[in-house]
Amino acid sequence: MEQHVVTPLTKDKVKDLHAGDYVYITGTIYSARDAAHLRMYNSAVAGEDLPLDITNQIIYYLGPTPAKPGQVIGSAGPTTSSRMDKYTPTLLDMGLTGMIGKGKRSSEVIDSMKKNTAVYFASVGGAGALLSKCIKKSKVIAYDDLGTEAIREMYVEDFPAIVVIDSDGNNMYRDY
Amino acid sequence: MRTVNTDIIIDNIKEMCIEANYELSSDVSERIIQAEKTEDNAIGKRILGQLVENMDIAKNDRIPICQDTGMTTVFLKVGQDVHFEGMYIEDAVNEGIRRGYEEGYLRKSVVGDPLDRINTKDNTPGIIHYEITKGDKVEITIAPKGFGSENMSRVYMLKPADAVEGVKNAVLETVRLAGPNACPPIVVGVGIGGNFEKCTYLAKKALTRKLGSHSDKPHIAALEDELYEAINKLDIGPGGLGGKTTALGINIETYPTHIAGMPVAINICCHVNRHVTRTI
Repeated sequence: MEQHVVTPLTKDKVKDLHAGDYVYITGTIYSARDAAHLRMYNSAVAGEDLPLDITNQIIYYLGPTPAKPGQVIGSAGPTTSSRMDKYTPTLLDMGLTGMIGKGKRSSEVIDSMKKNTAVYFASVGGAGALLSKCIKKSKVIAYDDLGTEAIREMYVEDFPAIVVIDSDGNNMYRDY
Repeated sequence: MRTVNTDIIIDNIKEMCIEANYELSSDVSERIIQAEKTEDNAIGKRILGQLVENMDIAKNDRIPICQDTGMTTVFLKVGQDVHFEGMYIEDAVNEGIRRGYEEGYLRKSVVGDPLDRINTKDNTPGIIHYEITKGDKVEITIAPKGFGSENMSRVYMLKPADAVEGVKNAVLETVRLAGPNACPPIVVGVGIGGNFEKCTYLAKKALTRKLGSHSDKPHIAALEDELYEAINKLDIGPGGLGGKTTALGINIETYPTHIAGMPVAINICCHVNRHVTRTI
């Protein structure tokens, strides 16, 4: 089934998404990968505020190439999600409802997604040039010193992804 | 004795870093285009279609094929009759990488220390493999490689008794465990023999060999064919969501080894298997 998803991604919207659905995401999403996750996690554990309110938001596991003059962003495909697994349940407990990446998630993440009503999307790994075309605005909003790993606020239009794990724990990935 | 100024090395490496990241070599791109036509799985076919489109956009709009423009592996074959003038050769190679990644708008993905993890902000240092060869030429191969697939690579210190079945099991297990994480369809580089580090070097080197080429050794060429077929029956498929296009190719390199062992390394590469070679 094809679905259009508009952010913010409320839990009601999450419940309508099912593993195997093709989705096109429009609205504001945020990039964060390894180093930004570590910092957000450390802030959360210390009881400090995160640099953004992640309630009902989508994080895209992304570290883009630099934008050339006149470009919004460089190549912008997903990175491997499992490296974020350690930090993810904490962020889901804080209100995060969507993640875009590629590859498997741990059972701890999937359990937390069920508990918190969240969804995991995969976009196509290695299709960074194609996916960059869907990103219409991008600005660094936190951790600028991390370079490509900084947190970006991005506006996307019809960003293509597949629901791989839904909030009931249905999972398109299996053991091979 | 032939004198080669290191400015030439710098310029070539700069250009090759850029070239590798914007356009795939024809052996890889043709296999992706072909796979899109033959894949029966609906999601797999759709993903391959996106990869074909992605290659076109990268080439025409000058956007790197993948945002992970890699840690830069450099194979440098230096003829023993070459004399370098100018910079220390290692500094020259890294200067070429530095300029290529800056001028090519490529991602800086290297941290200076594996534990402190501070980005070097210029993608240096590269990983440089030197080889002394006959003659007075310098052959440079640049192979920028992303870490999504690098992380799924493995080494097995097999016993001689494990024999060829052990090699097959090791390769298939590695591909199965890599699953969707390595951005399938993948290219599989295998090194058999040597010792602990030699087999990993061979596996990396195997990834720079043209897809569709075979080992000179008939029994290894047959093993390449057999494993290629077996991998594509695993139903991992494009994006790990099913289908018969799991690997675009498998190349195996071998080396003599010790009577007590049979090291096997499997270096997994995503479909963005980048490599450019020039001879100076």
